[in-house]
Amino acid sequence: MMRALLLSAAALIAVPAAAQDIVITNAKLVIGDGSAPIDGGTVVVRGGKVVAAGAGVAVPQGVERVDAQGRYVTPGIVAAFSRVGLVEVDAVSGTNDRSAPRTRFSAGLDIAPALNPMGSPVAVNRASGVTRAIVAPGSSSNLFAGQGAVVDLADDMDMVTRPRALQYVAFGEDGSAKAGGSRAATFLLFREQLLAARSYARNPAALAEWGNDAMIQRADADALVRVIDGTTPLFVRVDRAADIVNVLKLKDEFPALKLVLVGVTEGWLAAREIAAAKVPVVVSPLTDLPSSFEQLGATQSNAGRLKAAGIDVSVGVFDDDDAHKMGYVTQYAGNLVGLTRVPGASGMTWDQAFASISSVPAHTVGMDASIGSLRPGRAGDVVIWDNDPLELGSRPTAVWIDGKAQSLTTRQDRLRDRYATPQEGALPKAYDR
Amino acid sequence: MVQRVKGGLLVAVSLALAGCAASGSSAKSAGDAPAATAAKPVKFNKDPYPSTYRAYAGRATALRGVTVFDGEGNRFDNGVVLFADGKVQAVGGADTAIPADFDVIDGAGKFVTPGVVDIHSHLGDYPSPSVDAHDDGNEATSPTTPEVWSEHSVWPQDPGFSRALANGGVTSLQVLPGSANLMGGRSVTLKNVPARTVQGMKFPGAPYGLKMACGENPKRVYGSKGRAPSTRMGNFAVNRATWQRAAAYKKKMDEGKAVDRDLAMETLAGVLSGEILVNNHCYRADEMALVIDMSKEFGYKVSTFHHAVESYKIADILAKEGICSAMWADWWGFKMESYDSVNENIPLVYKAGACTIVHSDDANQIQRLNQETAKALKAGRRMGMQISDEQAWTWLSYNPAKALGIGDRTGSLKPGKMADVVLWNGNPFSAYTRPEKVWIDGALMFDAMDPKRRPVSDFELGQPGEGDVK
Repeated sequence: MMRALLLSAAALIAVPAAAQDIVITNAKLVIGDGSAPIDGGTVVVRGGKVVAAGAGVAVPQGVERVDAQGRYVTPGIVAAFSRVGLVEVDAVSGTNDRSAPRTRFSAGLDIAPALNPMGSPVAVNRASGVTRAIVAPGSSSNLFAGQGAVVDLADDMDMVTRPRALQYVAFGEDGSAKAGGSRAATFLLFREQLLAARSYARNPAALAEWGNDAMIQRADADALVRVIDGTTPLFVRVDRAADIVNVLKLKDEFPALKLVLVGVTEGWLAAREIAAAKVPVVVSPLTDLPSSFEQLGATQSNAGRLKAAGIDVSVGVFDDDDAHKMGYVTQYAGNLVGLTRVPGASGMTWDQAFASISSVPAHTVGMDASIGSLRPGRAGDVVIWDNDPLELGSRPTAVWIDGKAQSLTTRQDRLRDRYATPQEGALPKAYDR
Repeated sequence: MVQRVKGGLLVAVSLALAGCAASGSSAKSAGDAPAATAAKPVKFNKDPYPSTYRAYAGRATALRGVTVFDGEGNRFDNGVVLFADGKVQAVGGADTAIPADFDVIDGAGKFVTPGVVDIHSHLGDYPSPSVDAHDDGNEATSPTTPEVWSEHSVWPQDPGFSRALANGGVTSLQVLPGSANLMGGRSVTLKNVPARTVQGMKFPGAPYGLKMACGENPKRVYGSKGRAPSTRMGNFAVNRATWQRAAAYKKKMDEGKAVDRDLAMETLAGVLSGEILVNNHCYRADEMALVIDMSKEFGYKVSTFHHAVESYKIADILAKEGICSAMWADWWGFKMESYDSVNENIPLVYKAGACTIVHSDDANQIQRLNQETAKALKAGRRMGMQISDEQAWTWLSYNPAKALGIGDRTGSLKPGKMADVVLWNGNPFSAYTRPEKVWIDGALMFDAMDPKRRPVSDFELGQPGEGDVK
C-alpha cells in the first residue's frame, strides 16, 4: 500500500495539472447553498467551471468520467477566516508573515505578495478538502491590520483569487491596545483615520500640506478610501455585545461601510441589532469559555442563535491554529449539527452547517457568484469524500480546483510512510523514500 | 493561538506504580526502614495539603440497552452497566440481572464509557479568563523549580472545569505546571468536581507527578534572559547537574543522616525513589531517546512523554522501555519541534505496542478528546490498521489512568472501581455526539436534560450567560 501511495504521488507531481473537462456521476451531491444532498447526482465541469450539477443532468460524451460510487461530492471548503499561506512555522519568525508590528504602514498593507503557495500548510489544508480561504493579516503597528485576500489552495504558483478582498481591524481589547489604551481611543482613531482618508480622496494634495501632522499616510489612505465607499469589505474583530452594537453604529457616519463581524462571541446578546443591520458574521463556533472579559457570554449555541435570527453565519479558524488547520472547519460544522441534539442548545441543520463553510463565506466577500457552491458558473472546485464530510476524520479522495486535479499527498504523508515501520533497515531511514 | 501560548506550548510556554502517596499525615522517608544503628531519620510530611474530596450522593443506577466500551478494550452491544455506592457493580450483556431497587435508564442507541481522563491540563493554573493576574502556570524564574506544586496555583473557580465535564465527559485530570522550565514542578491529579478548595478536588491517594520539559521552551525562555540553558546541550547539562544533587540528597536521606529540608530536592528524591511520576514534555524523537538515557544514568523512569509529536519515529523504543506517549491528533507547525507531526502518530504508537494516550493541553480540546481520538483512529484505519472503537477508547481513560497511577481505581468499568461514567447520546467518535449524563463516583454531576445539573462557577454567577448551555 505504501508503494502505491508513493507512486501515485509521483505521478501527480510529474504531470502538471491542467484544467480538465470532467463529469462526476453517482454522487451524493451537495451543492453548498444550503439545499439538501441529492442522491445519484451529477456534476459537469468544463473550462474550469461548473456548468451543471444536480439530478438528471445530461452526461456529456467525450468527457472524462468519474464514478463517485455514491460518495459525498461537494464544493471545496471555503475557510471563512484564516492565515493560510502566511505562515510555515509560527515560531520561526522568518517564515511567519501574519503580522507586521514594526511597520510604519497599516491599512495599506497587502498580504498578496506574502503568500507562499508552495508552503506545506497549503498542501496539508488542501488534503483536508479546503480549496479556498479568506486570508486576513494579523496586525500592524496601528489600528488597521491591512488588506487580506481570497486565495485558492491549488498546487501551483498563483494563489490569489482576489487581492485586497478585505480590510481587517480589531476593536475591543486588541483595538484598545493599538489605539492607545481605551475603547474611546479606538473609536476616535478609527473615525479620524477614515475622515483623513476621505479628505485625501477629495484633495490628494492635502496630504502634503498636513506634513508631519498627517493622521495617515498615502498608502493607508488609498486603502481606507475603498473601505469608506464600500468597495472593500471591512472585517471587524469584535466580541463584547456592547462593542458589537457600537461597531454597527459606525454605519451611521459611514453608511457605505460593508461590515463583516469576526469573532462575535457575545453576538447572541446583540442578535437583533446585527440582523437589523444585515451584517454577516464569521465565528469560531466552539468558543464557549470566558477567555476574556469581552467573552463572558461565550456559548457554542452562539452560531445557531445568530443563524436563527436570520444572520449569515460562516465558520472561520481563529483563536486557534489559523494557518495550519483549516480542516477544523468541517469538524466545527459537524459540531454545529451535533448541538441540535442537545436539549436547550442551538446549532444548525447539516445543510446549513455545510453552507457555513462553502457558499456563506463566499457571500461575505461578495464572491458567491464565482466560488463556494456547485451552482453553474462557479469555479470547478470539487471534492469527493470518503465519508460524510462533516464527520470526524473524513478525508477527500479527490480534489479539483478550477477544474484541475490536485495532489493530495503531503510532506506529512511522506514522513508517515517512511516510519510506517520505525526500525531502520539495511540502510538508514534517510535512504527510504 | 491565544490558548496555545497560555496553555504551555509556545511562549512561557506553552511504571507500574499505584497508591504511592502517603495518606493522612504520617509520612515515611523516601528510603524507608533504615538500619537500626543509623540516626533517627528525619521525617517530613509527604501530604501536607491532603485531599478532602468525598464522593457526592448518588443513586443505584442501571444503564440498559447501551453500547458499552469498558475502557480496557472490551465492548458490549445492548449492554448493561450497574453502579451503586459510588462503585461499578457490574458490566455485561443484555442478560445482566438488574436489581429491583436500581433506577433504570433505557439507553437504546446511546453509548456508555468510562469518564475521560486527561493527563495533560492547565485548567486552574491557566484559568479563564486568561488575564495576567491568572498567569499561574510557569514559575519562569529559574530553569529548575521542582519545589513548586501546581496545586498551589489551581483556581477551583476556573469555568473550564465545567466545560470539560459537560462537553467532554472528563472525570479526572492531571494539572501540570507549564513547560518554561526543565523541571517545572509537581503536578496534581483532580477529580473533575466543582469545589471551594483545590483540596476538595484532589484525587484521593493519587501519586504526584513531576513536570519536565525538553527542547525549545526552556532554552528559549532562559537563553533570552542571558542565562543557562540557551541550547539543547545546556538543557541536558542543567538537568544532569540537578539530578546529581538530588541523588546526593536522597543518599543522605536513605542513610538516615540529618538534612536541611530542601523542597526541590525532596521532589526529585521522590522521583528517584519511584513515588513521583515523571511527565516529560518532549516533541522530538532524538531528544526523547536522550532523555531515556539520562533517566537511566540517574536511576529514574519517565512515565509519559507529553506532546510526543515524533513518537512514531521511535515507537519501537518507547514500547521496549514501557513509556507512554500522550499526544494530539493533528496539532502541528506552531514551532520547529512540532513540524514533523503526522496524523497517524497516535495509531502508529498503538500499533507498535507502546502505551498510547490522547491528551489536550488546552481548555478547548479537553472538551472533545473523544473527537480528537476519532480523527486519529480514522487516520490509522485509512493506513490499513485494524483498530476497533473500543480499543481506541483505552487511549482516553484506562491508559492515562494507569500512567497517572490511578488505573486501579478509575479509567475502566470494572466492578469495584469508581463509578466515573459517561452516557453519550450516540457514538462518542461522531461529531454529532455529546455527553448526556456524567457521573463521578456514582454521583450525577452533569445532565444535559436537567439545567439544574449544570455547574456554574462563582466567576460566572451573575454574568451574561450564567447557566447557559455553553
